[in-house]
Amino acid sequence: MWIPGFREFNWMQDMWLELDRMQREVGRLFSGTSIPYSQSFPSINLWSGENIVLATAEIPGISPESVNISVEGDLLTISGSRAVEELQEGEAYHRQERPHGTFSRKVRLPFRVDGNKVDASYARGILNVKLPRVENDKPRKITIKSD
Amino acid sequence: MAEPGKALESRREQASLQAESTRPRRVFVPRTDIIEKTDSIILFADMPGVDESHVDITLEKGVLTIYGTVDAAYHEDYDIAYAEYSIGDYRRSFTVTDEIDQDKIGASVKDGVLRLTLPKAEKVKPKKITVKTA
Repeated sequence: MWIPGFREFNWMQDMWLELDRMQREVGRLFSGTSIPYSQSFPSINLWSGENIVLATAEIPGISPESVNISVEGDLLTISGSRAVEELQEGEAYHRQERPHGTFSRKVRLPFRVDGNKVDASYARGILNVKLPRVENDKPRKITIKSD
Repeated sequence: MAEPGKALESRREQASLQAESTRPRRVFVPRTDIIEKTDSIILFADMPGVDESHVDITLEKGVLTIYGTVDAAYHEDYDIAYAEYSIGDYRRSFTVTDEIDQDKIGASVKDGVLRLTLPKAEKVKPKKITVKTA
């Protein structure tokens, strides 16, 4: 039997649950216990092409040698470290907002990637990684034979 | 010596008072490090996507404004599938007092990081006075 009141009540409960979740999210934003830098840096965008994925990451001010890119199946790992300016005697930071230290990000890709054909480039602080799909993993068109 | 942080103050909070942008772009406040050295102040700003030909630095009435323009990075034959960051320009303003030698401000961009060198004016450089013995 359908009881309108009950439905209303459930909807209210859902709303409170939702509000509760939002409060926790907001609380996390301001309490400083949000995702640490090492797990959130760098920000990654994924672009999908035909049997290829392009991963772009904003990593300004690093040398390309200090970034490690590895692929294992469909798991892409970008890790490295960003150095801080070494201070001399009598020098001080007035402001230090730029993230620094070691970082490591893992991203699950939509398909398995051929690690030998991965191509990475770095320009203007942006890393571009092209990840082609494994050849024998590509979708095959199956023709139906008729007698 | 000058009070730390006084020579260069962020005007981030005044961003809303500034004129509207003529480009329909998002404008981000770049993350910035400011280091005070004995004879200069060094500023580093993270501006990924910006190169030396796409950054404007203006100094007007004691306000130093950095503006970096980013070309929309659309990748042909690709569709965006997942995004953690969005693309936009960068703008941030700082108040520069006369403790800075405003004619000698230097700027360079490397790997998406803007580096500004703001040399201190002669008069505010710390001077060491040696006491002579009679």
